[in-house]
Amino acid sequence: MPHIQVPEGVPGIRSLVMFRPETGQYLYELAQVLLRGESPLSEAERELIAAYVSSRNNCMFCMSSHAAAARCLYGDQKNIVDEVLADMQRSSVTEKMKSLLHIAGKVQILGKEVTEEDVAAAREQGASEREIHDTVLIAATFSMFNRYVDGLASWTPTDPAAYEEMGVRMSTKGYALPTKI
Amino acid sequence: MPYISLEAHLPGITGLLEYRKDTAAPIRSLTQVLLRGPSTLSEGERELIATIVSYGNECKFCTAAHTAAADTLLGESNTSQRMKENIVSAPVSEKMKALLEIAALVRQNGKNVTDEAIQKAKKEGATDIEIHDTVLIAALFCLYNRYVDGLATVTPPQPEFYQALADRLVKHGYNRLPQGYDHLKKTATEVK
Repeated sequence: MPHIQVPEGVPGIRSLVMFRPETGQYLYELAQVLLRGESPLSEAERELIAAYVSSRNNCMFCMSSHAAAARCLYGDQKNIVDEVLADMQRSSVTEKMKSLLHIAGKVQILGKEVTEEDVAAAREQGASEREIHDTVLIAATFSMFNRYVDGLASWTPTDPAAYEEMGVRMSTKGYALPTKI
Repeated sequence: MPYISLEAHLPGITGLLEYRKDTAAPIRSLTQVLLRGPSTLSEGERELIATIVSYGNECKFCTAAHTAAADTLLGESNTSQRMKENIVSAPVSEKMKALLEIAALVRQNGKNVTDEAIQKAKKEGATDIEIHDTVLIAALFCLYNRYVDGLATVTPPQPEFYQALADRLVKHGYNRLPQGYDHLKKTATEVK
């Protein structure tokens, strides 16, 4: 049961932003610009970073929904998503993405965990400043979303089909503030 | 040295928010409504929540900035100091103690917020919106702290820097200054 009285039958963050749209509108704006706006990282790569950080924070709702969105966006390469969530270093994702996911994993622990060596390794693989910036900000943003969703004990559906549907919506329509159930 | 090229006269978070303005806009608006918008928690109380989370995350820049903002709003520095030492014995209301405890749990991980911690806050009179806002402020500062430290932004050593920043946060809030931040270039050279 959620810790506060949010609309019933609405999962995860959607129930929280419907409870408080004054803050919710900016949370959805941030997700939209960060994950769908202009960036040298593809939408699929950005959703993968989101799913990876959420997985490390044990946030089932965010992990399942963003993994589903990433699978949709990767299309016939969708296996990459499950490989990364199972064992990032052994996955078939590019070396550049591995170095960025490594940085995201450090950010998930704490900002100061990111070392000069981590950043130098990413640059060696061809990561640009802007890609490093966007990786850190996505990881930091999901460190917020995960805590918001779980800190208020919002409803986490257990049916995988529910997340598949969310993934389709997120990958085709992006992030728009939900107004009704 | 920051890991990416940021403007030298804008240490800490400000340089990051100027580096990418399209993501900065919703982050700024969210902070403005959460910390300065209509609320039954005072602005000082909300800055204390930001402070306890930044302190726990060992983010020196955010801790110094929000401690200074809380002290300015409260008119004294005893409360923030004692809160950082021990929430339970801090000179704040029982309701605030319960909310600060929730914020400290959110900082660790959302899942660490227990039914008991929530019940305690409700018993002390906390409303659903106060609990919601406490959790979201704590979560938001987990973003800020990681953004600021994850890119190794500069943390100025001078206390005067944070007092000037706090005065700006108290007077103008969290929205981007309409004139931008170029006027700070001169001050930055003078301080050093």
